[in-house]
Amino acid sequence: MIVLAALAVLLPFLGAVGGLLLGPRLSPAFDFTRRRGPELFAVVPVGIMTVLTGIVAFQQWWDPGVRDRVFATVPTGTMPIEFGLSVDGLAAVVAFMVGCVALAVQVYSVSYLKDEPRYSSYAAFISLFTAAMLLVVYADDLMVLYVGWEIMGLCSYFLIGHHWEEAANSRAAVKAFLTTRVGDVGFLLGAIVLAVGAHSFQISTIMRNLEKIPHGTLVAATLLILVGVAGKSAQFPLHTWLPDAMAGPTPISALIHAATMVAAGVYVVARLYPAFVAAPVSLAVLGVMASISMVGAACAALAQRDLKRVLAYSTISQLGYMAAGLAVGAKSAAMFHLITHGAFKALLFLAAGSVIHTVGSNLLSEMGGLRQAMPVTFVTMTIGYAALAGLPPASGFFSKDSIIEAAQLTAFHGGEIIEPSINATIPGWVSWIVYLSLLGTAALTAAYVSRAWLMTFFGAGPDGAHEAPPLMSRTLVALAVPALVLGFFGLGAAELQPHFGSAGLSLIFVAAGAAVVVLAWRDDPVLDPARRLGPVRTLFERAFYVDDLYDLTVVRPVRRLASVVAGADRTVVDATVESTVPAARGLGRLVSLPQGGNPQTYLTGVLAGAVLLVLAVVALT
Amino acid sequence: MMLILLLLIPLVGAAVLAFLPGRIRYGLYVSGLTLLAFAVLACVFDYDRTERMQQDVDWSWIPALDIRFHLGVDGISLPLVGLTVLLTFLCFVYLGRHPDKHPRMLTVLLLVLEVGMIGTFLAQDLLLFFVFFEVVLIPMYALIAVWGGPERRHAAYKFILYTLLGSALLLVGLLILGVNAGTFDMVALAAGHGTGLSHTVQVTAFLLIGLGLAVKAPMWPLHTWLPDAHTEAPTVGSVLLAGVLLKMGTYGFVRVALPALPSGAETWAPYLGFLAVIGIIYGSLACLAQTDLKRMIAYSSVGHMGFVLLGIATLTPVGVNAALFGNIAHGLITGLLFFLAGSIKERYGTGSLEGIGAGMLARQPHLAAVLTFACVASLGLPGLAGFWGEMLALVGAYRPGAGLPRETFVTYMVVAALGAVLTAAYFLRLLSRITHGRRVEVAEVADVRPLEWVAWTPLIVLTVLVGLWPKALLDLTDAPVRALMGG
Repeated sequence: MIVLAALAVLLPFLGAVGGLLLGPRLSPAFDFTRRRGPELFAVVPVGIMTVLTGIVAFQQWWDPGVRDRVFATVPTGTMPIEFGLSVDGLAAVVAFMVGCVALAVQVYSVSYLKDEPRYSSYAAFISLFTAAMLLVVYADDLMVLYVGWEIMGLCSYFLIGHHWEEAANSRAAVKAFLTTRVGDVGFLLGAIVLAVGAHSFQISTIMRNLEKIPHGTLVAATLLILVGVAGKSAQFPLHTWLPDAMAGPTPISALIHAATMVAAGVYVVARLYPAFVAAPVSLAVLGVMASISMVGAACAALAQRDLKRVLAYSTISQLGYMAAGLAVGAKSAAMFHLITHGAFKALLFLAAGSVIHTVGSNLLSEMGGLRQAMPVTFVTMTIGYAALAGLPPASGFFSKDSIIEAAQLTAFHGGEIIEPSINATIPGWVSWIVYLSLLGTAALTAAYVSRAWLMTFFGAGPDGAHEAPPLMSRTLVALAVPALVLGFFGLGAAELQPHFGSAGLSLIFVAAGAAVVVLAWRDDPVLDPARRLGPVRTLFERAFYVDDLYDLTVVRPVRRLASVVAGADRTVVDATVESTVPAARGLGRLVSLPQGGNPQTYLTGVLAGAVLLVLAVVALT
Repeated sequence: MMLILLLLIPLVGAAVLAFLPGRIRYGLYVSGLTLLAFAVLACVFDYDRTERMQQDVDWSWIPALDIRFHLGVDGISLPLVGLTVLLTFLCFVYLGRHPDKHPRMLTVLLLVLEVGMIGTFLAQDLLLFFVFFEVVLIPMYALIAVWGGPERRHAAYKFILYTLLGSALLLVGLLILGVNAGTFDMVALAAGHGTGLSHTVQVTAFLLIGLGLAVKAPMWPLHTWLPDAHTEAPTVGSVLLAGVLLKMGTYGFVRVALPALPSGAETWAPYLGFLAVIGIIYGSLACLAQTDLKRMIAYSSVGHMGFVLLGIATLTPVGVNAALFGNIAHGLITGLLFFLAGSIKERYGTGSLEGIGAGMLARQPHLAAVLTFACVASLGLPGLAGFWGEMLALVGAYRPGAGLPRETFVTYMVVAALGAVLTAAYFLRLLSRITHGRRVEVAEVADVRPLEWVAWTPLIVLTVLVGLWPKALLDLTDAPVRALMGG
């Protein structure tokens, strides 16, 4: 079975290599299939991979337990790196979700990027992205995990910058890579601290040796890993790359936001959860980080003019939900939300892609009234929005509710995590912040979802809109099913069942948030309900000016420092070296003075020397 | 005898050519034959005992001073020799299409250069090591001075004077070491781990040897000859300079200074580490502000060699493994980068980023793709060769050798890791500036030519293979490194 997992990682990787190397030259070779070669190379390996992850997940469900194998041991001079994989229930389910979303994205892209000249490299990077994410999910070694972790960053760079003709896209790609790289460096250092502390790079061994690691080391390691999580999962303060990542083609957004990249951050926290539980300080930091991210991003989503940016900020906000769940000990609930979010966010982005495909613009103000022209997109996107807002019976309701329930319990117990397998306490005020942020975000989410939904599908809109091509709309239907029903799969587990009290309370918040927007919209359906925000609208739209702050405090000083260093290298370091040239010449001239070639000078010298010697002899005797 | 053959083939090849009219193609055959000899060596090499000196050649050379002609190869030397013969061969492949002036002289010089480089990595006697170390200087000087760019004279003088000064210190240091230890044999010196050498002798000898090697490496602030030399050197000169010559410095640390002078190393390691991390940050920042492609790659070498030196300064097996890994990775990747820079400069007639302009991906998609690959590899992407050396150096710095200040080295680790972010920043800036953007028409738009593909493909393939399978290299170096470090 572990071989199947390894094959699942390997297949999309090989597909990517083949697609990159052979590219469009594949077309004539596969002419007989009436499909272009690059498309086969893109879809088939990912398809088989999805089946393999499905088999792995099924086996795991049929016969639970941890399966692992080390394929190679790499000596390093200290503890070795183990090239190994490990599959447990969590890894199996997440991998299957990744496989399904990746397949949906590949199939959808065949139609979406039909006339794209660089389709084969685009599809290859999606496959590579998927392989890297699966490596993160299955890896049993921190360094192997890190390989996948950072290759994803690279793929996001290539895919966000797919239309590199525009300088803005190129900038967005660089920003995504560099911001996540800052986090990655934190992650790498954290991994090293953790591994050296536990004397192994192997995750399973580290988790067994946790009590041997000094508490301070553990706190440092988990906090450093959180830096990486913030980078990948786009949490405050390293979240700024995600909204700009909208520069990539829309299916890429679905991939990055739903299945890969951002999911990796929270997944890694779950994977290393025992280490975090043993260092509750890190859990508290995670809780605060999550609260700031979810509320701030939800506010920002409320005022965006671009549909994709609304969804981007909603991703930050929803990842905040997952991180908050992990902070209050609700690991299963958080992972449940990761899965349901994967389904409904992929659906929302692909549906948004259909809308943008038709309208030809990302701006909400250009859309409207599309419910008649695009019935499939309308219905599926409504399901997605319902799940995002947490309306029953859509999947998001169940997963959100179980997180809120856990946060409520923790807050009511003064921060003590009420979970039989977890023995940890976070500060009481943190648990209250988390709980209240969750409720507040529920209302804010309902508000921005209603605004986007109303502005896209109701009111007056553009003429000539039409439903997306069948390959695209069918993908939407295929994703709408899990987005709708996935919540019921959690009913089997006690901690994932909805509870009357917390569910009722959060639904009140949802209703309130939606009601405010609907009322504002009904006054004048042509205008943007966000106008009611008044003066704070710009603040929200610019996402609290965090980007400008970073530009001022990081980007510009580094640039200035760089030019100072480059200048100093010439004028100080090198000038010192070069100054030895005149010095050496001067010295040479000085030493060569007595050797002027004039016999008279020589004779005078000899004479003077003799006189001096005589005088010295006389004086000394 | 394999090792003698490895030295004789290029040497005889060069000597014969001195009397015969010849072309680049002749050099291609000779270096190809050398590569073949290396392949045979790699086949007969005993991979179960990588820590042992194999294929020993031990002849008396200057009996009066007990200086011997002693060659040997172990798991540390083997990859470096392989890198040398491969890069030299690829240089000749690359030159095949570029009829330069004085092809015969160029061929002779490159072959002599190859003899010196191979010899440095094989020598097991301090003075023999020094002789080979010096043999490379003259051909490299001539390469820069004759085939270089407009400022070639200045750059060539600077290169040779600076490195000669380093060599003088190195020689004094080697003599102090050899005379006090009573032997010039490097195997015996390494096995002795500094026994019989007083602390003062060790500290003095390490300082002198270290300074000599640090000029070559190059270590900040002794690096300023490098950007000038690289900017002016012809493409093959740059490739061999960055790909092999810089490694001779760090190799010397691993082979001579660390094992033979452990107590001296312990005294100087914190300073070495300090200068190494300064080099990482300084090199990266300098890269961010460069406007010339070759100059930028030259400064990036300062940063990368900083990681290698940091690994050495940790005085741990993992750090030294990191250094050796970093050596090979940097040789492959920066070799490729300089090949690319040469080809770009040849096509555009300028190396300045301004002059190259934007939109290379649209104009020459393959050339831009290979450049992207090389940059990504150089910024240390996991899964490609550049990553493992840097990562292991950080591991070493987190837990440095006994007797070293831990807090200091942990600080080095954090600073070096931040340097990795800056490294990514300048390479992405480069890619953004010249590969992205709209197509700008220029006179010549030739994409990668067949001969260039032949010269570059081995480097690309090896970068990927070594990156995906670091075990191949670490299996070779781990045992000898542990033996040298006395573990």
